[in-house]
Amino acid sequence: MSKLPLTSSSTVGPFFSIGLLTKDMMRPALAGPETEGEPIRIEGRVLVGAGEPVVDALLEIWQANASGCYNHPAGQTTGTLDPNFSGFGRTGTAKDGSFWFETIKPGPVPFEGETLQAPHINLTIFSRGLLNHLATRLYFEDEAATASDPVLQKVPAERRSTLLARQDTGATGSGGKTVYRFNIIMQGEGETAFFNL
Amino acid sequence: MDIATNFEAIVRGDKEIFPPYLYEAYQSTRLRAPRQPLVEIPLTISELTGPGPYISRVAPEDADLTRNSGTGGEAIGQRIIVTGRVLDENGRPIPNTLLEVWQANASGRYFHERDQWPGPLDPNFIGMGRCLTNEQGEYRFLTVRPGAYPWKNHTNAWRPAHIHFSVFGPNMLSRLVTQMYFTDDPLHNLDPIMSSVPAGKAREHLIAAYDHNVTEEEWALGYRWDIVLGGAGATPFENEAAKTKEAKEVKSR
Repeated sequence: MSKLPLTSSSTVGPFFSIGLLTKDMMRPALAGPETEGEPIRIEGRVLVGAGEPVVDALLEIWQANASGCYNHPAGQTTGTLDPNFSGFGRTGTAKDGSFWFETIKPGPVPFEGETLQAPHINLTIFSRGLLNHLATRLYFEDEAATASDPVLQKVPAERRSTLLARQDTGATGSGGKTVYRFNIIMQGEGETAFFNL
Repeated sequence: MDIATNFEAIVRGDKEIFPPYLYEAYQSTRLRAPRQPLVEIPLTISELTGPGPYISRVAPEDADLTRNSGTGGEAIGQRIIVTGRVLDENGRPIPNTLLEVWQANASGRYFHERDQWPGPLDPNFIGMGRCLTNEQGEYRFLTVRPGAYPWKNHTNAWRPAHIHFSVFGPNMLSRLVTQMYFTDDPLHNLDPIMSSVPAGKAREHLIAAYDHNVTEEEWALGYRWDIVLGGAGATPFENEAAKTKEAKEVKSR
């Protein structure tokens, strides 16, 4: 059977909050006290090259739980489901381009054969002026496995640091959470490496 | 090298279908399009899963934009039914997947603090709708036809009437946000956002067809629009036999 052509993409425009940040779909906090794993807070800003904030970006995250299991029919080859963790988060940036998520550090997930990927969070970015969304990953600078992660290795060496979240030792999230800082630079100096997905 | 040699050519996926990130006529792309080439990565469990299968938080009334403002009143405008199927590239229906839509009201005004042009607001219209596809991949919204919307991209710029659609599908590769347009709109060829989509089939595909079989007597005009999502043909680098279990809706916080 011949393949159907895919439906094309477009921008979310400036008014997406009407449809996408509805009360129960605004989900910056993915984890609560009952969620298994190390609670973390991710803080960052979405910027364009000259440092101007992107005040109207929409961010979605998708991640495995602490045991490396995705809440998906094809995602449970490792670990076990956590009934207190969906793995999906969504938020919009504030007037200074800032955003935050409160979640848990994901476990490692399978790669090929017996090998594993370093803990990571999948990120999707939408905004006015983006005719297609942008896809990338957040890795943790302080995880030993990050440096040899097979997907991160595909990113040109000089751009890998754009995917690393750094622990902010001067900050503590509510409940003593470790805070990681991660900025997304859509264009220009220090531009985040985005994937062709 | 600080910019990609062919910045304009940076496209996600098939360039016959998807717009480039940089499309000069749409001014906001100039500051936001990435300049570095997109990185090709192997498809892993992270890309071949996604939140789509578990999100099911929808109430039936969410699909009726003419009455979901919470005022008890009904929106003003030409009542329309927008229906169609969500399919994968093999033509198989994608059941139980979330669609989120948003749109301007009948006068072309969005219910949003940043939209301040003098089109009248309708207190009975928010412009937000949601539904899940059924087992046959079908969705259906009842709404009013949106008006054209003026914007500041260039002199006397007007967006053709459109409805924004967000769809999840089964994995990260199927995620799509797009816009649906209406037939016979003279603004189509004047719109940089619509023109950013390659001319021909890809662009025509974004236009809903008027369907008299969907139209209901003394009630609403009917439009049909199918959505085709990617990701069905994707295979992992190498995957152990995946134990398939049902994804569950878990507590959100």
